[in-house]
Amino acid sequence: MTRPAGNMHNLLWLQSGGCGGCTLSLICAEAPDFVTAFETAGINLLWHPALSTETGRQVTSIIDAVLSGDVPLDILCLEGSVMMGPNGTGRFHMMSGRDQPMKDVIAALAEKASHVVAVGSCAAFGGITACGGNPGEAVGLAWDGDQPGGLLGGKFSDRAGMPVINIPGCPVHPDWVTETLSQLTAGALTRDHLDALGRPDAISGSLVHHGCSRNEFYEYKASAEKLCEAGCMMENLGCKGTQAAGDCNTRAWNGSGSCITGGYPCIACTEPGFEEPGHPFVETPKIAGIPVGLPTDMPKAWFVALASLSKAATPRRLRENATSDRIRVFPDRKKTGRKS
Amino acid sequence: MSRLVVGPFNRVEGDLEVKLEMSDGHVARAEVVSPLYRGFEQMLQGKDPRDGLVIAPRICGICSVSQSVAAAAALAGAQGLEPAPNGQLVTNIVHAAENIADHLTHFYLFFIPDFTREVYGSEPWHAATAERFTALRGSAVRQMLPQRAEFMHIVGTLAGKWPHTLSLQPGGVTKWVAANEVQRLLGLLAGFRRFLEQTAIGVALEQFADLRSRDELFALLESCGPTQSDLFQFLKISEALRLNRLGRAQDRYLSYGAYRQTSGHLFARGLRDGDVRQQLNTGLIAEDVSNAWMLGPDTALHPFDGVTEPDGHMTSGYTWCKAPRLAGHAAEVGALARQVVDGHPLAMDLVAEGSNVEARIVARFLEVAILVPEMVRWLREIRPADAFIAHGETPNDAEGAGLVEAARGSLGHWLKVSGGKISNYQIIAPTTWNFSPRDAAGQPGALEAALVGAPVRNGETEPVAVQHIVRSFDPCMVCTVH
Repeated sequence: MTRPAGNMHNLLWLQSGGCGGCTLSLICAEAPDFVTAFETAGINLLWHPALSTETGRQVTSIIDAVLSGDVPLDILCLEGSVMMGPNGTGRFHMMSGRDQPMKDVIAALAEKASHVVAVGSCAAFGGITACGGNPGEAVGLAWDGDQPGGLLGGKFSDRAGMPVINIPGCPVHPDWVTETLSQLTAGALTRDHLDALGRPDAISGSLVHHGCSRNEFYEYKASAEKLCEAGCMMENLGCKGTQAAGDCNTRAWNGSGSCITGGYPCIACTEPGFEEPGHPFVETPKIAGIPVGLPTDMPKAWFVALASLSKAATPRRLRENATSDRIRVFPDRKKTGRKS
Repeated sequence: MSRLVVGPFNRVEGDLEVKLEMSDGHVARAEVVSPLYRGFEQMLQGKDPRDGLVIAPRICGICSVSQSVAAAAALAGAQGLEPAPNGQLVTNIVHAAENIADHLTHFYLFFIPDFTREVYGSEPWHAATAERFTALRGSAVRQMLPQRAEFMHIVGTLAGKWPHTLSLQPGGVTKWVAANEVQRLLGLLAGFRRFLEQTAIGVALEQFADLRSRDELFALLESCGPTQSDLFQFLKISEALRLNRLGRAQDRYLSYGAYRQTSGHLFARGLRDGDVRQQLNTGLIAEDVSNAWMLGPDTALHPFDGVTEPDGHMTSGYTWCKAPRLAGHAAEVGALARQVVDGHPLAMDLVAEGSNVEARIVARFLEVAILVPEMVRWLREIRPADAFIAHGETPNDAEGAGLVEAARGSLGHWLKVSGGKISNYQIIAPTTWNFSPRDAAGQPGALEAALVGAPVRNGETEPVAVQHIVRSFDPCMVCTVH
């Protein structure tokens, strides 16, 4: 095995402290499917734990060939967090067939890779695997929650001078992976395309709030009180759509969905530390009746003033629908101006 | 006696290693190693019970809906809450969608590529198999991926996204379903049925579901002529390699019952050990940690009283997986077990001489053939004017068990709430049953038993027969230990 022909890019995908859900999301990619997307991007998949034929010793030799430099590694993808426990030993995940902590295998491969990509919030920040006191000592590749660090350290830069590229989400949207990797192989992803957390701006440039199907309720602060009610879920049900990165409501999930179209508040799964919000996921913490965690870049006084104004102006249709278990009051017919 | 360590054992969900001892060209003893520990049962301690619905399903990305259904059922049990009938119907549809998608993922991505290996290069069926089923490049995967993705629009429409939907709740679902959405999904299912009948299975779903024996199945295959479906192409290979004689476990089948309906489950709950279906007493389930890297009492514990304390020094044992037992016995779970417990004549006949690789594969297609028409029926039963969710109070002190069937078999969540917080949360996943280590009595789990006697060819380092057996269980390693 040497460098693949033409403009092909070798990609090695590893999994550690995660659920495999980012790969399962990836295989839901449509128009194009992920195999076509990878081919078009010139990706030569050296190995993927769920998808490749090679097993056992064949895998070990692929990894050894990368480590020895015989096979160039253009992109290393990690899915799942890095397991540092117990007590920093990494024994909570020994790589099978290798008798070596997975964290050490990942670190050694990251040194060889032109680019390192964290697929999903676990690999990026620790994610759900770092929840509840973090019994497994799970960290991200270059982040431990919202602090630089993780396995490779906050100052890590790859052989091309880029930090770890963090594709967040629990799980990732399939397009976030195919588009980020395609941009990377096309040379169209630079440091300038990453936000302070290493997330591509195609993801971090949007808020989940954008395109939310409940935006009209938000405008008038017409709020749902229980799950499966039609109103805005920010005031009472913990929705973080106004603070979370992602184009979830302008780019459909599984054809037409998003957490919010499914009737559930955004839990900000693209943000570091989402797993420990400090309150039940479906409750909005409030101080003196005002939700904490308002939109990140809006002055609080203005928000409060606008909210009370818009609440006062809420049309009956929205007020009644907000706490209804479906849309019951429909928009009035517009008068056409025609005289009968 | 020679030894082999096979790992990373890929094309399973998660990380797996299998240790083999061989003599006379056969596996004499196997040890199954689950090498990853994350600690979900520890994380959940002290959480708001509703947070369990967000955290616990993230154990697994391939059966996250099953995990959600189990978590919701456990909390509903603790709340004494009955789901709204519409909510139960939507839950069944979303759950069936995941299970069907998982069965396809297993066959096309995980299991069948092993028959394209060079070891079979001289077989008359090899060239066609390689063209169709080579991992990532075969013609089948290109056809199947878009079909599977479009099929999952069902989950996008009814529950927002997959995996890790948050819409499945103790009292039903968080999204109301409108009449037009029902009609759209009926059309989607009709298109998916066409793929199954023309490409995957090769005959009308009802015709396949009505088969009563292995002879009938192979007679059907013969009658279909030279143009063959993906399943039939596999069956020809299976006949040539005698996969119906490979991978026998203990022939003790367990099912918690699948898809709740107004009258019982669509697929029955019970235990089959020999000829009769027995009542299932889940009070007799206990987890043993003798060969797990786990601390805790020597006696096996019922999951309501279960303890999860990893032994960071890994002093004794060989896996992070505990050993669940029912009345002291290991059991096999999965689509085959479900259909055998339910008494489907084809499934019963396929295992007449013991469980095997071929039966496990056919049983998944059998379920797909039964479930798609059921999904149509459930969609038509939705009454869009009625409620989709019932609301309950978070209990202060209560317990509840959520026992469901994931694609891979019986999945249980056992929840205890004290002072309004989770005081214990124990999970036994399907592969925890199938891939359990030996217990205190030295009794192996289903896979460890099924591997004994598997042939090992000269010079094989990853015996291909072992790969067929392991993957026939469709293991999910991330669930196994969690």
